[in-house]
Amino acid sequence: MVEALFWPALLGYGEAAFAYASVRTSRAATWGVRLGWLAQTALLAAQAARAGGFPWTSWSGSLDLFVWLVVAAYLVWGCRPRFRLLGLAVMPPAAALFVVARLDGGFSAAAHARYSSVFLVVHVGFVLAAFAGFTLAAGLASLYLWEEGRLKRRAPDILRLRLPPLAALERLTRQTIAVSLPLLTLGLAAGIVRLREDGLSLDALEALTLATWGVYGAILLTRPSGRRGAYLALGGFALVVVARLVLSAGHFA
Amino acid sequence: MSSLSLVGVSHHVAPVELRERVALDLDAAAALAREVGDAVCLSTCNRTELYVADEDDGRAAAALNRLAGDSLDGVAYRLHDDAAAVHLFRVAAGLDSLVPGEAEILGQVREAFEAVEPGPLLDRVFRQALAVGKRVRAETAIGESPASVSSAAAALAAQVFGDLTGRRVLLVGAGRIGALAAGNLASRGAEIAFVANRSSQAAQRVAQRFGATAVGLDELETALGTVDVVVAATGAPGTVVTAADVPERRRRPLFLIDIAVPRDLDPAIASLGGCFLYDIDDLEAVVAETIAGRRAEAVRAEQLVAEEAERFRTWRASLDVVPAIASLRAYAEQIRAGELAKLGGRVSERERRTLESVTQQILNKLLHVPTVRLKEAAAGADGASYADAVRHLFGLEDS
Repeated sequence: MVEALFWPALLGYGEAAFAYASVRTSRAATWGVRLGWLAQTALLAAQAARAGGFPWTSWSGSLDLFVWLVVAAYLVWGCRPRFRLLGLAVMPPAAALFVVARLDGGFSAAAHARYSSVFLVVHVGFVLAAFAGFTLAAGLASLYLWEEGRLKRRAPDILRLRLPPLAALERLTRQTIAVSLPLLTLGLAAGIVRLREDGLSLDALEALTLATWGVYGAILLTRPSGRRGAYLALGGFALVVVARLVLSAGHFA
Repeated sequence: MSSLSLVGVSHHVAPVELRERVALDLDAAAALAREVGDAVCLSTCNRTELYVADEDDGRAAAALNRLAGDSLDGVAYRLHDDAAAVHLFRVAAGLDSLVPGEAEILGQVREAFEAVEPGPLLDRVFRQALAVGKRVRAETAIGESPASVSSAAAALAAQVFGDLTGRRVLLVGAGRIGALAAGNLASRGAEIAFVANRSSQAAQRVAQRFGATAVGLDELETALGTVDVVVAATGAPGTVVTAADVPERRRRPLFLIDIAVPRDLDPAIASLGGCFLYDIDDLEAVVAETIAGRRAEAVRAEQLVAEEAERFRTWRASLDVVPAIASLRAYAEQIRAGELAKLGGRVSERERRTLESVTQQILNKLLHVPTVRLKEAAAGADGASYADAVRHLFGLEDS
């Protein structure tokens, strides 16, 4: 019965994915994001209650949680009229991934038995939250590059588009990474400690996640500005995509 | 019913030579309004208009003729009632301005209104006009884009840096146009750090105005390394700043505005990393685009004005029936109170309170539908005849 909450969540995300295309409907899009996110929150809470713990360790389950975290991060930074194009970059893939997760089966309580909920929240939850933050940072960096290109080319409509200033995009990208990296550090540390206890070695996903940590750590350390900073944020995000969509299947098998 | 009249001249119908003859400062405009009667005088550089709560606009027209020193027949427009109200709403919304959506007019309407003590009709129409102006600015983007080259330059700089507070500006050239652009940046919080010019005397004069440092053209390269925005507007026949003069930008972007013809800044600067270069053609293209945007928003704004005009018309029409409704209610209340008084001491205090409450409710229920119907009739064309019918049926003519 609670699984029916998938539909209002999808409706909200789907409406936002289209409504952000126009300035006139962007307010309705923001409400779509808010209502969809509330419906998905209720859905995830119901799933956790039914499983009696952390049920999102399967590929599709973690994708479900990832989408929720991405939308939550977007709600923190981006739900303002000037960030309409960020919504247009974030919401269509979020809605698509939400459907993919559903088609693949959604959450599973199976893995819960092997690992404690505390470990799963710290490891899976924090790593996914960090990845969600990096996704949003990539969206901000993409918007920066697009806007910077238009300013460079002296596009006459640049003021009509009502975009956020370049400086704001650069600052928000860096702040999002600064918030996300400690979460990734905690999540990774929990995973490595667990590996040592189990006497296992790093798998490809863990190695790639460590590399991702290195890239974002370098961004915070060297504080690259302008296009260079935006390209680095996108480079880090490419690693997140591979980790999240390609290598995460079977991590808890 | 009270009548609203308007007599005025504006940039649509009168050249500046005529407008300047009838232009008044706020105090003089208020004095003229008082002289005319229950009136408000709105006088700006683009218009002088007298709004009068009187069917006869003769005194207002005569007052304007006297100011102009000549008859304004054929030039001045004269509007009445709903048309006058719609005109005021459009003025307050910036839709009648030279640049659609300009924001200053709303403040001028407010000042003109607050400078006098108008009667109920003018009070209502001006309050609604101020609300229309605010609504149009809140619900459309008509006033958000710059409408001049210098304000576009400042808006573009803000698009790069966000808040311009503390951003350092180098002004190359000491002419009026450059100073105007620099003034626009300063009004957004930017600091005019240097003024560079061939003539050091002119540079000193402009630098003093902005609290900046005057430098020679030979010091440009050093100044360029420390600023965020460059405004170039000299009368030099060739390039003043070449790409080689611009130090490499590592962490801070550089926004360059070239409003000189021939251009002062080497176009090759645009290809340098972190540099954004806009010349006069680019800025004019941006302004043309934003004005086109304002015109598109003006269509939506006109819809809002039409909605408000309909509300005003309904309110004005309701004035026809308000006295009849008030008389009817007073008459009913008089009967109710009289009948209760006849009870004298035959009922207890508690029973009296109950009777008061019950009879009041009966009265309200009985009068609710006739009141609503009368207001509905007033919104159409039948308000006056319905009001007459009510007065006749209940014998209210003598009350």
